[in-house]
Amino acid sequence: MKNINAEYEIIIVGGGPAGLSAAAIAAELGAKIAIIDDNPIVGGQLIKQTHKFFGSKSHYCGVRGIDIAKILDKKIHPAPISTTECKDDKKSKDTLTPFENRCGVRHPNITLLLDASVVGYYEDNILGVLQKDKFIKLYASKIIFATGAAENLIAFPNNDLPGVYGAGAVQTLMNVHGVLPGKRGLMVGSGNIGLIVSYQMMQAGIEVVALIEILDKIGGYNVHAAKLRRLGVPIFVSHTIKYATGKDFVTGAVIARVNKKFQPIKGTDRRLKVDMICLAVGLTPLSELLYQAGCDVIYMPELGGNVAWHNENMETSKKGIFVAGDASGIEEASTAMLEGRIAGASAYESHYGKNPKAQEIIQHANKELEEIRQGPFGTKPRLGKEKLSKITFQH
Amino acid sequence: MPRKISNRIEQHPILTFTKGRLVKFYFEGREIEGYENEPIAAALIANGIKVFRITEKMKRPRGFFCAVGKCSSCLMMVDSKPNVMVCVEPLKEGMKVERQIGRGKLI
Repeated sequence: MKNINAEYEIIIVGGGPAGLSAAAIAAELGAKIAIIDDNPIVGGQLIKQTHKFFGSKSHYCGVRGIDIAKILDKKIHPAPISTTECKDDKKSKDTLTPFENRCGVRHPNITLLLDASVVGYYEDNILGVLQKDKFIKLYASKIIFATGAAENLIAFPNNDLPGVYGAGAVQTLMNVHGVLPGKRGLMVGSGNIGLIVSYQMMQAGIEVVALIEILDKIGGYNVHAAKLRRLGVPIFVSHTIKYATGKDFVTGAVIARVNKKFQPIKGTDRRLKVDMICLAVGLTPLSELLYQAGCDVIYMPELGGNVAWHNENMETSKKGIFVAGDASGIEEASTAMLEGRIAGASAYESHYGKNPKAQEIIQHANKELEEIRQGPFGTKPRLGKEKLSKITFQH
Repeated sequence: MPRKISNRIEQHPILTFTKGRLVKFYFEGREIEGYENEPIAAALIANGIKVFRITEKMKRPRGFFCAVGKCSSCLMMVDSKPNVMVCVEPLKEGMKVERQIGRGKLI
């Protein structure tokens, strides 16, 4: 093909839990693939998740997110070489990941493009990629979009002040860079992210002044909430943030109780002295590239927003284009890894034709997904995925 | 003497932080310190600097928000180049970092 910098059988956009799992499977089956990620290291959001995962052993139960990132990294760098050799290997140093197993030799079928953003999808499956101010065009027979999600923001006066952060941003700053985003914080949202990040803030030395939740009950696991309560963090359900105070940056917040219509009740205002407000109010799938690629994108509130329609092989309405992980519906890292495995095997089959080993991987992973979604926190995604499966297209 | 870095996590029950070498850089002409290759934003926050830019129309202060180069809240002037996302831009020795006013200036 003309004017193309490189060609691959499968390109995977995003090197988080879904993308890396897809890569490991597709490469192992024998496809020549490339992983593109805009971060300097792979692992996606796992690299800042210091908590241990729940679930069964096959879903890395009891393993910290940061360590799952290392396990996945090892899967794409399977052959170990000695540390001393690695240190002298200046040529490949730029492309190595900073994990302790970084000295593994990359799987021969995998090309890794880091610090690289996919900035556009062009017809005939060509991706425009910006890598360190250099624009390149890559072609792939099949593409897997494992682009993840973006954090939601809620509206309140002064929500643009410095000191109002997304929960993921707080995690990145504390757990990856070792810097404190503040000294006294208010957490908004009691889903698992809100609960877990509050605990992590305390581990880093930040005082969590309060955690508020607009619904009348805690959204996440009670185990996490109990941990916070034991440490003396007040959790206020049926509460919202009215506004933040401060001129140049956050110096406080005003919270209030809400009625059944989620409107603040007069006379219930409570003033908190905080220097940071952390928002853990949900995530939205990143579907822009899928939309641009011509996949049918559907608004599905149970999955967190606009998602590309996909079947149980994680293939979208456009043949040869796949989706996996949070981009296909907000869920967890454990489900993202399973969806990644399915997408990796399906994309391989889409290129090479039916394969018994790939079939086995797809069936097995689908069975495990079904099991996870039977749990109380799997209801929403299960409903969303079921609704998707009932939609059919004319074209 | 550069101001002492204060907002660093000294002890953590789970994590240990491996950092690059300590380097000097400039914020609004003032010499401060940070670790090489950490995001510029991390070094600024560690030095207690929260306001990264002032918006063009409403003159509102903006700072760190998403940490992953998606939201454009943290755009600053770095070595006279406007619109640098400091939450993902690695810190280098001697960098001149300035608050961006509005759209910044191309010199």
